Amino acid sequence: MLSSTNLSKSFGKLKALDSVSVRIEAGQAVSLVGPNGSGKTTFLKCLLGLVVPDSGDLTLNGKQILGTWDYRQHIGYMPQIGRYPDNMRVEQVFEMVKEIRRDTYTRLDDDLMRAFDVEKFAHKTMRTLSGGTRQKVSACLAFMFDPIVLVLDEPTAGLDPVASEILKEKVLAEKAKGKIVLVTSHILSDLEELTTDVMYIIDGKVQFYQSIEELKSRTGEDKLNRALAQVMKQNATNH
Amino acid sequence: MLRIIKYVLYDILQNRIVIGYTLFLLAVSLGLFNLSGDPTKGVVSLLNVVLIVTPLVSVVFSTIHFYNASEFIELLAAQPIRRSVIVWSEFFGLAAAMKLAVLVGIGIPVAMYAPNATGLTLVIVAAGLSVAFVSIALLASVLTRDKAKGIGVALLLWFYFALLYDALVLFLMFSFADYPLEKAMLAVIALNPIDLARVVVLLQMDISALMGYTGALFREFLGTGWGIGFAVFVLLLWVFVPIGVAVRVFRRKDL
Repeated sequence: MLSSTNLSKSFGKLKALDSVSVRIEAGQAVSLVGPNGSGKTTFLKCLLGLVVPDSGDLTLNGKQILGTWDYRQHIGYMPQIGRYPDNMRVEQVFEMVKEIRRDTYTRLDDDLMRAFDVEKFAHKTMRTLSGGTRQKVSACLAFMFDPIVLVLDEPTAGLDPVASEILKEKVLAEKAKGKIVLVTSHILSDLEELTTDVMYIIDGKVQFYQSIEELKSRTGEDKLNRALAQVMKQNATNH
Repeated sequence: MLRIIKYVLYDILQNRIVIGYTLFLLAVSLGLFNLSGDPTKGVVSLLNVVLIVTPLVSVVFSTIHFYNASEFIELLAAQPIRRSVIVWSEFFGLAAAMKLAVLVGIGIPVAMYAPNATGLTLVIVAAGLSVAFVSIALLASVLTRDKAKGIGVALLLWFYFALLYDALVLFLMFSFADYPLEKAMLAVIALNPIDLARVVVLLQMDISALMGYTGALFREFLGTGWGIGFAVFVLLLWVFVPIGVAVRVFRRKDL
């Protein structure tokens, strides 16, 4: 169980997160949706310890994670833009991360590495890889150590349709195993396939957080994109 | 931590700047020793080069390396390791590379031409100075987000320590020439690692007589075992205080 209480973070005057309090149970897959710059990535980065929140609490399975580091062994992170040392080869990146996490994992999950045929580009340097291939490397790293929490920031952006399907299947398989999955994406059809719940964030505030089914019945729509569009319209008229 | 230092060193040695720097030091040292027939004169000339060049290269190379490693650092920060381990690894990797360059580039020629206490002091001081400036550079890089600004701050710091500081000290001495400043000067040189390094090496050379009354006081204080201990201690402070602060800042930095 992952829970945040009153998590806040501002960058100068901009409030990136404004007391975000949510609970995510094991087996739940949550879509983070919201306009660009609404705080989705900041929330994920707080979870990863890349951004230090100003106030609030963040716990994983009841344990405080702010200011600690060992919980990160339970997190698999696929960044929006995978940035890797330019002159390292793909295989070296994998070796390095494995070596760093040597003492913290029991099982290596190389399903994705096989599915993406990483062997084929393992000897290339990171600099020469295309955006999509980089995303494949990020995806492999995120799933490699069999984490409890999967954090996927725009996972399918830049992937070709085949790779994108492979990744989605893998996400569903992991979700079925009872993992917590957090996904941000602007491709709502992907989110509808992958996730069970939607968290809608605007200006750092959680507007609503409910299951996709509930959202659909509340709005009387049968597609996530329409349901969301309707909610956004309602919000606009309420203002 | 060793695992990460390994990758930092690997990354540093892959770009050829450190090798070029080593060869440059080697060429300068050999050249100076050959030009100035007398090895003691060679050491003095080398000292002046070393005091300008090693801090400059250490500070600029470390800053650029740290910014170029931002991807690597981000990748590491999402892994189950302490943030402090990342900074310390960068520090030890850079310090090892810079020290290696000094030991090869200056150490070998000194061992060939001036294998005495003065030569040894020069090599040790150059290595210590390099590490101190790696530490200062990392502090500057951690504090500034923008690469250009970071390199600018690093260069300014070098400029301050290598050139401005001496001008300020001269100004101070000139303005307060009527007062006994000898003891104050001791404190003043300790505040600049380059000056400290220069005085320590010069004192090894028996030319402190040329430095007037202040020189005599330095000789009296820094020439003793206690004085050397004091100099080493201050240099160590210059190494560990900036990097210590950098680690503290980096722990709470948003990446």
